[in-house]
Amino acid sequence: MTTATLPTPTLPTRAEEAFRYADLAALATLWPLPAESIAVPAGESGTLSVVIAGDAPAARDLTITLGEGASYDLRLLNAGGAYGRIAVKVRLARGARFHLGAAQLAGGDQTLEIVTEVVHAEPDATSSQVVRSVLAGKATGTYLGRVVVDRGAIGTDGEQSIRAMLLDRTATANARPELEIYADDVKCAHGCAVGELDAQGLFYLQSRGLPPAEAKKLMLQAFIAEAFVDAAEEEVLTEAALQALGALL
Amino acid sequence: MLTISDLSNEIAGKAILKGLSLAINPGEIHAIMGPNGAGKSTLAYTLGGRPGYEVTGGSATFEGQDLLAMDPHERAAAGLFLGFQYPVEIPGVSNLQFLRESLNAQRRQRGEEPLSGGAFLKLAREKADLLRMDMDMLKRPVNVGFSGGEKKRAEMVQMGILDPKLAILDETDSGLDIDALRICGEGINAIMRRPDKAVLLITHYQRLLDYVKPDFVHVLAGGRIVRSGGAELALELEQHGYEAVA
Repeated sequence: MTTATLPTPTLPTRAEEAFRYADLAALATLWPLPAESIAVPAGESGTLSVVIAGDAPAARDLTITLGEGASYDLRLLNAGGAYGRIAVKVRLARGARFHLGAAQLAGGDQTLEIVTEVVHAEPDATSSQVVRSVLAGKATGTYLGRVVVDRGAIGTDGEQSIRAMLLDRTATANARPELEIYADDVKCAHGCAVGELDAQGLFYLQSRGLPPAEAKKLMLQAFIAEAFVDAAEEEVLTEAALQALGALL
Repeated sequence: MLTISDLSNEIAGKAILKGLSLAINPGEIHAIMGPNGAGKSTLAYTLGGRPGYEVTGGSATFEGQDLLAMDPHERAAAGLFLGFQYPVEIPGVSNLQFLRESLNAQRRQRGEEPLSGGAFLKLAREKADLLRMDMDMLKRPVNVGFSGGEKKRAEMVQMGILDPKLAILDETDSGLDIDALRICGEGINAIMRRPDKAVLLITHYQRLLDYVKPDFVHVLAGGRIVRSGGAELALELEQHGYEAVA
């Protein structure tokens, strides 16, 4: 570990892709962000849950480096204050596995974002990302996700499943899964959808006695459950997400 | 129990029901038959409170309350059950969770204590047995991957658990094979044929009425009841068709 002082990075501008939808005024109050680095040695595994809740603006900047055959399970609940940002950079060595399950729940004037860059640096690594956003009021929820497959990283399997649900027409979802592939023989898939709650389903639930807010909550609970399924802290995350969800309805 | 007077409505500006009147008393089973496009499903959805079904005239009173002024969940809590012709799939939500929350939401609205988990499971098992449905199916997401017959049997299990005063069943017999038809018919009788309950069956065919014998049969055509009679009217319709009878 070196202790050399690095120059303080300057506050980004919107010209930088990763900050295009950021709340720069809020970011300035948090800048510079402490760099959080996680290295998982070859063959080992790790898990982490990051929860942004509460009223204060928050931004996290994670770098995860996975050794050969290492695996990592990252879960994010982004439901914080006026501004909440979680940026994650991941580098996968040969045969490493990375899974991200994330939920963003925003209402009012909140700006929330999850920005990922997953680099398959060597062959046969696997990454999967599941991001579910629920946006109400005038909130903005953003997912920017780049998957890079380096030259020679054959046998890569990369997957992104990105979905956002707008509870109000005044809310905004930005979703951009991106692939940069410099190798042959790779399998990369991404799916991205922005929608509204199914009106037929809502009426069906209400016709059985559920008041509108409870009917919506039940459907949304199922929607965000996909982000936390099989997580080590599934119950804690789900409970926190339900609380944030209740506040939106 | 239910009094519908001169009810008219519109969907997207198009008039469907045109002055429909009907009275249902406790202990009665009514069947509504009629050609396609007559407004049968529209009547069911309108009574259930589906958004987009705009009432333009008339009234519907359920147990002395203005039904049309109530939200769908309030109608359910008041004792109305709507059996869907096409039950909706809700991915990710298990039948048991959905039904327990629905039942307890109804009880809360009526000022009753919620049912405990154990008591609810016992009730659910009893009604599933009645409809010969495996409890494992009730652990699965609502209607997802269910066959047409399974969906209709699941609807009847829901009805059994929610225990309504009035069931409006919209083509419960469609999509059923002979065995499922009999099971659903027997289920309707077991759950709803009681002096304090009533049923409005909407159907195209006599075959469900072989199992659930109606006290009254009505012919709905052009948005109104054009003829009413006893159970024999259904047989007459089956033989001679709507055009000859109505």
